[in-house]
Amino acid sequence: MDVISQLQRQFIDYTSSLYREGYVDDQFSQLQKLQDESNPDFVVEVVSLFFDDCQKLVQNMAQALEQQNVDFRQVDSHVHQLKGSSSSVGASRVKNACIAFRTFCEAQNREGCLRCLQQVNQEYSVLKNKLQQLFRLEQQIIAAGGSIPMVE
Amino acid sequence: MAAVEAQPQFHVLAVDDSLIDRKLIEKLLKTSSYQVTSVDSVCKALEFLGLLNEEDQRNSDIKVHLIITDYSMPGMTGYDLLRKIKESPSLKDIPVVIMSSENIPSRINRCLEEGAEEFFLKPVQLSDVSKLKPHLMKENSKEIPSRCSSSGPQQCFWPASSICI
Repeated sequence: MDVISQLQRQFIDYTSSLYREGYVDDQFSQLQKLQDESNPDFVVEVVSLFFDDCQKLVQNMAQALEQQNVDFRQVDSHVHQLKGSSSSVGASRVKNACIAFRTFCEAQNREGCLRCLQQVNQEYSVLKNKLQQLFRLEQQIIAAGGSIPMVE
Repeated sequence: MAAVEAQPQFHVLAVDDSLIDRKLIEKLLKTSSYQVTSVDSVCKALEFLGLLNEEDQRNSDIKVHLIITDYSMPGMTGYDLLRKIKESPSLKDIPVVIMSSENIPSRINRCLEEGAEEFFLKPVQLSDVSKLKPHLMKENSKEIPSRCSSSGPQQCFWPASSICI
C-alpha cells in the first residue's frame, strides 16, 4: 500500500473508533460536511473555539465550587453553556458528563459537582488529544498529496 | 427615501450569545446561500434593526428578510426579541425563527403563538435551514426605515434593567 492509502486507512479507522467509542456523534460529521473549499479550516476553527470555551468554563466552575457558599445556579449556568457548545460540536462524552453534572447542581450537592467537574475535565482533555491526532492525520494526508476520505 | 433595489440574496440576522453557535449558524446559512449578519445579544439586534435608537440612521438601508434567534440569552431573551419585532409596525412582517437547546413544549407553543414561524431544536442542521425558504418574503422585502414609525414611545420601551453593551 502506498503512503497515501496507508494514511487514509489510518484516518478512516481512527475516525470510526471515535464514533464507535462515543467521543463524537453525528453532529461532528455534520460539521465535517459543512467544511468546503471556501472554508477549509472550518472544523479545526470550531473545535478550537470549543476547547477554549471548555477551558474557561471549567475554570469558572472550579472557582464557583471553591466558594464558602456555593452558588449552584451559577455553576449550573456554566454547565448549561458547556452542554450547549459540546452538543453543537458533537462532543458527546463531554455533553453527557454535563448532563450528569446538572443533576448534582440541582441537588446542590457540592461533592457530586466536584466529581462531575473532574469527569468533564477528563473527557475534554481526552477528546482534545484525540481530535488533535485526527487533525494531524489529515495534515499528513494533505502533505502527501492525498485527499481526506469521507467517513460515514 | 432612496429607491429599493431588488437584492439577489436574502439577508438573515442571527442572534445568539454563544460564539460557537453563531459560527455554526453563519456557516449553515452561508452554505444555503444566505447573506448573514450575526450579533450576540437582543440589544445589538434591536440596534441593528433601528429599533434601539430612532435617530440611528447608519443602517437605514439595511434590509433583513428573516431573523433567527436563540431563545435563552442573558438579558433579553429571544422571546422578548420576537415580541418587540411583532409589536413594531415597521418590522412585524419579518419572519422570526427561534432556536433552543431545550425541548420544552410550553416554550415552543408560546413562541409559535407569539408569531414565530418555526422553532428549531439545537444543534441546528442544514435540513432545518432548508425549511426557511417558504417563510422568506420575496417581492415584499421590507426596508428598515431610518426612523421608528411607531405611534409612541411605548413601542420602543423595554425594562430599564436591560443594559445594552
